[in-house]
Amino acid sequence: MSFTSYWFVLAVGVIIFLYYIIPKRVQWMFLLAASYLIYASAGWQCIVYISITTLVTYIAARVIDSLTQKRKRFFSENKLEKAEKKQYKEKIKKKQKCLVWMAIIAELCLLVMLKYSGFIGLKISDVFQGIIVPLGISFYTLQAIGYLIDVYNEKYEAQRNYGKLALFMGFFPQLSQGPISRYDDLSKTLYEMHGFDASVVALGAQRILWGYFKKLVIADRVAVGLNTLLKAPSEYTGVYFIVAATFYAIQLYADFTGGIDIAIGIAQTLGIKLKENFVRPFFSKSIKEYWNRWHITMGSWFTDYVFYPVSVSKTFLKISKRARNVLGDGIGKKVPVYLATIIVWSLTGLWHGASWNFVVWGLANCVVILISQELIPIYRKFHKRFKVADKMWYKMFCVVRTIILMSMLRMFDCFTDVTVTVKWFASIFINCNPAVLWNGSLLHIGLTVEDYVIIILGVLILVTVSMLQRKQSVRERIKHMPYPVRVAVWLSLFVVVILMGMYGQGYEASDFIYNRF
Amino acid sequence: MEDLLEILLELHPEVDFEVEEQLIDKGILDSFDIITIISEIADSFDVVVPAREIVPDNFNSAKALYAMITRLEDGE
Repeated sequence: MSFTSYWFVLAVGVIIFLYYIIPKRVQWMFLLAASYLIYASAGWQCIVYISITTLVTYIAARVIDSLTQKRKRFFSENKLEKAEKKQYKEKIKKKQKCLVWMAIIAELCLLVMLKYSGFIGLKISDVFQGIIVPLGISFYTLQAIGYLIDVYNEKYEAQRNYGKLALFMGFFPQLSQGPISRYDDLSKTLYEMHGFDASVVALGAQRILWGYFKKLVIADRVAVGLNTLLKAPSEYTGVYFIVAATFYAIQLYADFTGGIDIAIGIAQTLGIKLKENFVRPFFSKSIKEYWNRWHITMGSWFTDYVFYPVSVSKTFLKISKRARNVLGDGIGKKVPVYLATIIVWSLTGLWHGASWNFVVWGLANCVVILISQELIPIYRKFHKRFKVADKMWYKMFCVVRTIILMSMLRMFDCFTDVTVTVKWFASIFINCNPAVLWNGSLLHIGLTVEDYVIIILGVLILVTVSMLQRKQSVRERIKHMPYPVRVAVWLSLFVVVILMGMYGQGYEASDFIYNRF
Repeated sequence: MEDLLEILLELHPEVDFEVEEQLIDKGILDSFDIITIISEIADSFDVVVPAREIVPDNFNSAKALYAMITRLEDGE
């Protein structure tokens, strides 16, 4: 059930209503049932797959946790020498390591079988013919692995209640496109009893409305023009590539952040706090900064559970030593960090989709980040010499440079065949044809003058809100305004979504882009 | 502690590491810096920092970093 379907909106209304009238102690159980019901509407198989992952995670985490408790009991009941303690600890850790790996491999096997069998050339289609890739499997698999590693690292104890763990994995607002939650964060509010608080519900509803504005008014409107260009890249050459890159930047931002706004807003109406996934990414002054502000929960997941463990692993420490001996201290110590970065970005690309264009996209980002890293000393000298780092015009230049660079890299998302993207990009230099921008051609790609006006105004609103957010949440500001002003603001936004949203008869609200990841 | 300050200052000469207590929270140290610091710690202190120790509490200040190194040296 998509966030944009009438049924979903109705279901959320009913869930919020029932959530606050049922006994508080059963609220989390109700949420689990509601989440599974909504998820089942995407195909009953979805429930089977998420249940397999949940069960594997639950059993492995419980056994790992019981081994930790056993070790603690053993230490408290016996007076041991330091060496004896170390030996016993290592023995237990070995068993736990084996378990955590088995569980992670089992979960990754399921993910690979369902999502990547075609990509890695596995011929398992006879067994899994007609299988559907379950919605959100990439998201909940990462949550499960993160939870397992945290329990293994004794960050927290394993959840003893299977139902509560199942809710953590399958909480419906975050299931289809994140944010990717951490157990210790989400569990603080997920299982709590929540009484009705009109102001909290109102804040959540406002966030949902803002999300629908981004998705239905901006993203799905831009998508009409973008899809026309993407269907015939050989026809729409030259400056059309720049138009497409601009459209895609707007669409992806409005679509993904809109979806996350809806997810966070729904959770908020239920008194549950989901992690923020974006901090004004288009204000970033470098690609590295951009990735710290865009899809934050995915980036931090890969940093914490792949980049750090790989970088400080025994193998990489050996590589580091060897590289220093061969290449010298300066370059040698960078080798393991850069290797780990390449691994992380290849995996990040693959996580986004089972095709080579996503791997190329990931590696292209990696190359830019590593080049930027190497240029840091030069930038430092430049900033020291010319004292421009604090100048507004220089900051603006860095922001615009990042936007252009990211918009170009992002185009690798659009076609599974990388050569199509490269050829299309090259057409800017071969057949630029800038007249397209003013000779009316852009009115023949499915967008009218009114559409362009709405898109431009929509983008201006997004930029203004982002700028205001730097000091304080816009919803909080509005909350402190006089009642008639508040009503006027939210009612206007509601009317805009209803009148200008791309939905209903004659429109098919498109799926959220991140649903397919 | 002086060895550690030297490692940190080589990475970010502009930061006063004796005072700063929000190295991670303020985004002064990024993931590349953290791995470089861990690698230098391994060389200078002969201490291996496992991935589970890479949490903001251990990297937010030079003091916290030094406390972690001491703890790991003691084999806890």
